[in-house]
Amino acid sequence: MTEYNTMELMIVAAARNLENGKTVGVGTGAPCAAAMLAQKTHAPDLVIMFEAGGISPQLPTMPISVGDSRTFYRAVMASGMCDIMETCQRGMVDYTFLGGAQIDMYGNLNSTVIGDWKKPKVRFPGSGGANDFASLCWKIMVITPQDSRRFVEKVSFITTPGYIDGPGARERAGLPANTGPHKVITNMAVMGYDGKTMRMRVESIHQGFTFEEVQKNCGFPLLKAEKIVVTPAPTADELRILRTKVDPQRYIIGR
Amino acid sequence: MFEVVAQGEGPLFMDPDADKAREFFQKKDRTLKNKVMSEKEAVEKFVHDGDYLAIGGFGANRIPTAICHEIIRQRRKNLTFAGHTSTHDFQILAKVEICEWTNYAMALRFKAAAMGVSFLPGRNIVGTDTFKYSAAKVVKCPFSGKLFSLYPALWPDVSAIHVHESDIYGNCRLKGISIADLELARASKHLIITCERLVHNDVIRNDPTQTSIPYYLVDAVCEVPYGSFPGNMPYEYFSDEEHLRLWMKSEEDPEKFKKFLDQYIHWTKDFNEYLDLCGGLHRINELRAQEHLIQIKEQKEQPK
Repeated sequence: MTEYNTMELMIVAAARNLENGKTVGVGTGAPCAAAMLAQKTHAPDLVIMFEAGGISPQLPTMPISVGDSRTFYRAVMASGMCDIMETCQRGMVDYTFLGGAQIDMYGNLNSTVIGDWKKPKVRFPGSGGANDFASLCWKIMVITPQDSRRFVEKVSFITTPGYIDGPGARERAGLPANTGPHKVITNMAVMGYDGKTMRMRVESIHQGFTFEEVQKNCGFPLLKAEKIVVTPAPTADELRILRTKVDPQRYIIGR
Repeated sequence: MFEVVAQGEGPLFMDPDADKAREFFQKKDRTLKNKVMSEKEAVEKFVHDGDYLAIGGFGANRIPTAICHEIIRQRRKNLTFAGHTSTHDFQILAKVEICEWTNYAMALRFKAAAMGVSFLPGRNIVGTDTFKYSAAKVVKCPFSGKLFSLYPALWPDVSAIHVHESDIYGNCRLKGISIADLELARASKHLIITCERLVHNDVIRNDPTQTSIPYYLVDAVCEVPYGSFPGNMPYEYFSDEEHLRLWMKSEEDPEKFKKFLDQYIHWTKDFNEYLDLCGGLHRINELRAQEHLIQIKEQKEQPK
C-alpha cells in the first residue's frame, strides 16, 4: 500500500466528489487542490470558478489567492465578481468547495470571530466570498480537519449559512430553495446530511479509523448513514498527480 | 411599498440617496483635459481627512500600492475604508468600527451606486450573523412574495484603481479579471488611476472595445510602472510572496510594524524609492518570470 498523509487523503477524497462537466466555485488551499486534482484525473471538463472572476482556468500551478493570475490561466473568460456570483444566483453553479474555522451539526460555518462579536477573542477575516457561494450555489462541500474545537455544538457566529437550525430554515430566511450543505470531508471520514433532520451524518470512514474515533473528535452527536462504508484509499495514480502536478511545492499537502 | 422582514444592526457610513449622488455627478468635470500628476499631488488634491476611501483590486492583486503608501505618508486621518479581501493594502487603520458584509454584497453596493439607484437586491447573506451585523435589509418581493436581501448603494468619496494602460485623460484599459473595479470606478465620486504605462489617445481611439473605464470618471492619472508591487499584476509580474510575508510578520508586533512602515513608507520619498529598497528591477525581473511561468536559473534554488 502506498503511504500518504492526512492532507493528501482529504484532498483525494474531496476530489472524487467533483463530477466531470459540473461547475464549482472554490477558495484557495485544500478546496482548490481538490478541484485541481479532479480536473487532472476524472473530471477534465470540470468548470472551476473563482470569486474574483476566473472562469474555467486550466490551472498551471496552485493559486496563492482567488484573485491571482493563475485563477484565469488559459481560462475561457476573465470576468468579474458580479458575473461569477450572479451565475451562482441564477442556478448555474453546482457546487462550492469551502474551508472553515468552525462548523456545527447543520453545516453552518464560522470564519468571523471566536467569542463575542463585540469583544472577540480572535477576529478572522470574515465572509469574503464564502457566504455568497454557500448562499447561491446548489451544494456546499467543506474540507476541514476533524477535531472537537472545529466541530462544535454551536458556532459562535454564523458567517456562512448551512441548514441554519434545521429543515426549511434556509428557505424561510430567503435563501434559494433546495440548496445547502452536501458533504464534509475530514481526515477521518466523509459526512453527508440526513434528509429529514438536516443534521450531519457519517457516510464513509477512512481506513484505520472507527466511528467512535470520529465521534470523539466531534463536539456534537453525529448521525449514521444506513450503511457506513470504508473510504477507498487514494490510488497510486491520484497520489502521483497530486504530488507532481497539483502541489509539487507541497504548499498544501506539506501542511 | 416593500415589507421589511428583517434588518441588520450594523452602521451605515454613507447616505444611499440617489438624488444627492446625482447632484454631485451633475457638477463633476467632464472636460477632456490632461490629468497626469504625481501620486503625491493626486493624494493632496483628492484624498481628505474623513473621506470614505475604496481600493480596487483583490487581496494583493492589481492594487494601487503607490496611492496607499502616499495616503500613509501624508497621514490622512479618520478614513472609512472598503476593499475586497484587503489583507495587505490597508492594515494601517488602528481603531476600527466594523460593519459585516460579504464580497458580493460590497460589489452589489458599488453596482447599485454605479447604476444610480439607492439599492439592489440579492439572495445571499440572509439567515446568518453576517446579516445581523450588516446594514442590509430583508424584504418581501412585491412581485413573487419571496424574500430578498437589499443592499444600500455606496458612493465612495475617493477610490484608487491600478490598471495596465491609460491615456493622459484617464481612458483606461485593464487586462484579466476585473474583480469589482468597473462598478467601483463608476460608483466613486473621485477616482485616482495608477497605470503601468501611459498610452497615446490614438491607441485608445483605434480600439475602443478595450476601454473599460472612460475618462470622465477619472480625476487623476499617475504613471507608476510596477505599481501593483508587492501585489500581482496579470500578464506583467507575479506577487512578491517573500516581501508580503515580511509585511505580515511585522504586523504581529506593533513596534516591528511601526519600524516596517517607517523603513518602507515614511522614509521613502515615493514608490520608486520603495521599489528600489525591495530589490528594484532585478526583483521585478524575477517576478516577471514567475508570472509567465518561465524557469530562470535563480528560480530553481528557491530560498526557504
